Amino acid sequence: MSILVDNNTRLVTTGITGSEGTFHTLRNRDYGTQVVAGVTPGKGGQHVDGIPVFNTIAEAVDKQGANTAMIFVPPRFAADSILEAEEAGIELIIAITEGIPAHDELRAFQIIKKNGRSRLVGPNCPGILSPGKANVGIIPAAFFKEGNVGVVSRSGTLTYQVGNELAQQGFGNSTIVGIGGDPVPGTDFIDVLRLFQDDPDTELIVMCGEIGGDAEERAADFIAEYVTKPVVGYIAGFTAPPGKQMGHAGAIVSGSHGTAAAKAEALEARGVQVGRTPTQVAELAMATLGKP
Amino acid sequence: MDLLEYQGKLLFARHGVPVPAGKPARTVEEAVAAAEEIGYPCAVKAQVQIGGRGKLGGIKIAANRDEAREHAEAILGMDIRGLTVYELWIEGASEIASEYYASVVFDRGAKAPLVMLSTKGGMDIEAVAAEDPGAIARLHVDPLLGFQPFHGRRLAYEAGVDADVVRPVGEMLAKLYNAFVAEEATLVEVNPLIVTPERQVKALDAKVTLDNNSLFRHPENAELRDLSAEDPQERMAHDRGLTYVKLDGNIGVLGNGAGLVMSTLDVVKGAGGEPANFLDAGGGSKSDAIVSAVEVILSDAKVKAVLFNIFGGITRCDEVARGLIEAFEIVKPKVPFVVRLDGTNDKEGRALLADANLPGVYTEATMDGAAAKVVELVA
Repeated sequence: MSILVDNNTRLVTTGITGSEGTFHTLRNRDYGTQVVAGVTPGKGGQHVDGIPVFNTIAEAVDKQGANTAMIFVPPRFAADSILEAEEAGIELIIAITEGIPAHDELRAFQIIKKNGRSRLVGPNCPGILSPGKANVGIIPAAFFKEGNVGVVSRSGTLTYQVGNELAQQGFGNSTIVGIGGDPVPGTDFIDVLRLFQDDPDTELIVMCGEIGGDAEERAADFIAEYVTKPVVGYIAGFTAPPGKQMGHAGAIVSGSHGTAAAKAEALEARGVQVGRTPTQVAELAMATLGKP
Repeated sequence: MDLLEYQGKLLFARHGVPVPAGKPARTVEEAVAAAEEIGYPCAVKAQVQIGGRGKLGGIKIAANRDEAREHAEAILGMDIRGLTVYELWIEGASEIASEYYASVVFDRGAKAPLVMLSTKGGMDIEAVAAEDPGAIARLHVDPLLGFQPFHGRRLAYEAGVDADVVRPVGEMLAKLYNAFVAEEATLVEVNPLIVTPERQVKALDAKVTLDNNSLFRHPENAELRDLSAEDPQERMAHDRGLTYVKLDGNIGVLGNGAGLVMSTLDVVKGAGGEPANFLDAGGGSKSDAIVSAVEVILSDAKVKAVLFNIFGGITRCDEVARGLIEAFEIVKPKVPFVVRLDGTNDKEGRALLADANLPGVYTEATMDGAAAKVVELVA
């Protein structure tokens, strides 16, 4: 099994006619993802390499049964596109776009939460890959194969690095989820940890965080409470110089300054082993599960 | 983007948040003219983003014209913890009966704005939060509903502000929230928020962080600058759309994606090296961005070798390779490069580099191997 994307995924890409939208949508289709539609207002009726393009997401849902949307439109239009997908009844919205205004993200997130119909992953994320089933987003899928390690990460390229280290040791993945590093991630560590805990094919969870915020600390509390599967952590930024702290409100909210050491400590205090390098993460996975 | 105190106060004033009358100044003459206009006593305040600048001599009270000149001369150009003072803010001195704390911040955990109010202002609010968390009244705002007048009253009562200022303090919170939303800030903080002996409520300080991603909707904010915090290399990188932070070592580092670059710094340091910088070339870097990045990295004379660590998703490794080849034509680097390319179009990228056979460029298959090689090259 896997989580979030699989053989039942029916993908619509918004912004499919942009160069990046086209490139990555076709890569996703080549991987085996069912890409059923694209949307670009004003280009309805056209095709992108055989994929029908519609003017609205609602049409893509009506005519092609799309259930998953990949958002690839420029940042200033992205929140609108996310809300359009939500209103069209899309179950899973994966927003790749980087640089969306934080207040736009906040409003989109709150509306999605209030209506309770859709799940948003991202924005500013690399997408989701369930090896052997579906790839939605920009994760370079060739590095990964099917297996029993679930990976969740705030950083795109770090996900590839850690996933690749695991692959070198022979591990495959149930699903790799990039949640993105923006202030208001639609889905956070806790949501994905819960899905992996409940997924029978995931035997080990690898969680990659980075400095800033307190998402890792909150995840540590959740792991102690809910997760019985082994978790291996990684935090990027141990040697990052302490950032200039503007005001104190952020630190009051989180009770920390978001350092890598504080995050690693919070995770280790709850029994999560934390690798100091991506290579060490794979070694810890090996020590936990044995040679795959 | 973090604003200076005076930029924050001018922004507050636009949204009706009461602030002491004041004027910015970049020269002694401007400062004296501002003081004359505002009247005495007035405060001469260094505009740098450093906590505790008052204790370091960056804030002085002037009772007359001569003192205003003397303080402006002393403070302009002074060094406060490594930052040079280029700007002053001259404002009417305020008498203080009570000092409160107020802020509006993006709470990432709750995914909602959080408004906080405390009567324990004017001091280390983080210590208050740690020792006496009950002293800070907190309210998450539903952004679809907005901050209502009753929210302001509720926070004011909960925080225990003096009964006669419950209404004006509540109104100030509403105005701060409006400024937070209208200017698309991620932080608005006032410490201290003061009550004067005449029972007026004012923001005596202002810390504002604006969301860089929304500046296209706020051209007037996009123009704001903090001259004291500008490192020339960081400015050059910023102008070219790169995220660059200067560090102290001699190994230039370029990667794609903040997480991977931070991880690369950790691994270089673990291998015994000292990174000279953090440079995130960003997602989807095209060859011209790579040329710019090489120029920025090499503009730091301490750099003795450069490490490229790319794991392409949206970034295509062939674009990175093309950029590096172009950079060698344009910049002609005199230091060795270690390049690790993995991910989207990596085979094409490696083939391009192999064909180009650039002088002093070493390719490595892994991140650990690349870090070890670059450390060996600077040893």
